[in-house]
Amino acid sequence: MASADHHGPLSQFEIKTLLPIRLGEADISFTNSSLMMVIALVLIMLFLMLGVRRKALVPGRWQSMVELSYEFIVGLLRETVGADGRRYFPFVFTLFMFVLFGNMLGMIPYSFTFTSHIVVTFALAAVVFVGVTILGFVKHGFHFVTFFVPPGVSVALWPLLIPIEIISYLSRPISLSVRLFANMLAGHTLLKVFAGFVPALGAAGILPLAFVAALSGLELVIAFLQAYVFAILTCLYINDALHLH
Amino acid sequence: MPQLEQIDTYLSQVVWLVLTFGILYLVLWRSALPRISQILATRQERIDGDLRKAAELKAEAETVLAAYEEAAAGARAEAQAILRDSAERFAAEAAERNEALTARLAEEAAAGEARIEAAREQAMADVESIAVELAGLAAERLTGTAADRAAAEAAVGQVMKERG
Repeated sequence: MASADHHGPLSQFEIKTLLPIRLGEADISFTNSSLMMVIALVLIMLFLMLGVRRKALVPGRWQSMVELSYEFIVGLLRETVGADGRRYFPFVFTLFMFVLFGNMLGMIPYSFTFTSHIVVTFALAAVVFVGVTILGFVKHGFHFVTFFVPPGVSVALWPLLIPIEIISYLSRPISLSVRLFANMLAGHTLLKVFAGFVPALGAAGILPLAFVAALSGLELVIAFLQAYVFAILTCLYINDALHLH
Repeated sequence: MPQLEQIDTYLSQVVWLVLTFGILYLVLWRSALPRISQILATRQERIDGDLRKAAELKAEAETVLAAYEEAAAGARAEAQAILRDSAERFAAEAAERNEALTARLAEEAAAGEARIEAAREQAMADVESIAVELAGLAAERLTGTAADRAAAEAAVGQVMKERG
């Protein structure tokens, strides 16, 4: 990387190898991205495990937060999927917490946002997509393909609508992954660009500084919102696979 | 953009994602989430138990209240009966005494009237004899001779009859 590029708004997304690991030809080095994933993993486990270590009947603040996050996702699944969505709760909860902690950890200055990489968000979206598709075929067998036939539409329109339905279905992992990736990328880039104006403008730098402060608040909201959106869309896809239309 | 340029890091990112996400999923699925759900279930059980106990206590309190109200109503009815009985007895007693008093008063009044009548008759008799004597004395003074007592009596009797 050139030294000019090193301070650019996009340099924060650079993957840096911390510990080179090679498995034959494959490079699976431990990078700054891997580090943040491990930190997220450890923090989530500490948050959940330590929060409920006392198993209090009347919860304290920490335990309340754990229970709140638990009941938040339970409620999400119940509202979107219904009672039979309970089985997929551990997966949706893990997904939500992982994305949420990834986004939130990225808000810490000098840290790294692993959800700002398209390959990570796409891998997550692909797991959801493949899992939901398998779920649909397991649940309904070949009957699952009727999902692509819009109900209450005359047969004459099928040649037009079925390809549209299939394309919209296939674009799900793309929209799911790009939404998260683009939000993280845009927000962090914008923060960095405006932060760069602060020293450049001297005394007037107070204006971009105020903007950065406000934008940081907005980014915190977006960090939560995108995790929520990822989780709720996963729930909706599960619902489609279970109940078709 | 590093996201699209550092393609050689894709494998490492995906491998570490699968590893961390997989571990997190297993830990949450097997350990953390059951623990939380158990806490919530225990609390729900406790709340349900408490609510049930409260409902039982309420029912018990209601039966006690009903018994109390029944007893109170019985006591009230008894008290009213006693009151009514006493009132009747007192009224009868008073009437009886009143009657006795009235009778005695009437008796005494009659006796008094009789005594007055006797006294009046006595007085009238005395008046007649005095009048006869006075008439005799007056006639003696006027005529100088002793008056006939029988004639005087007859004259007085006639005058008294005339004057009522």
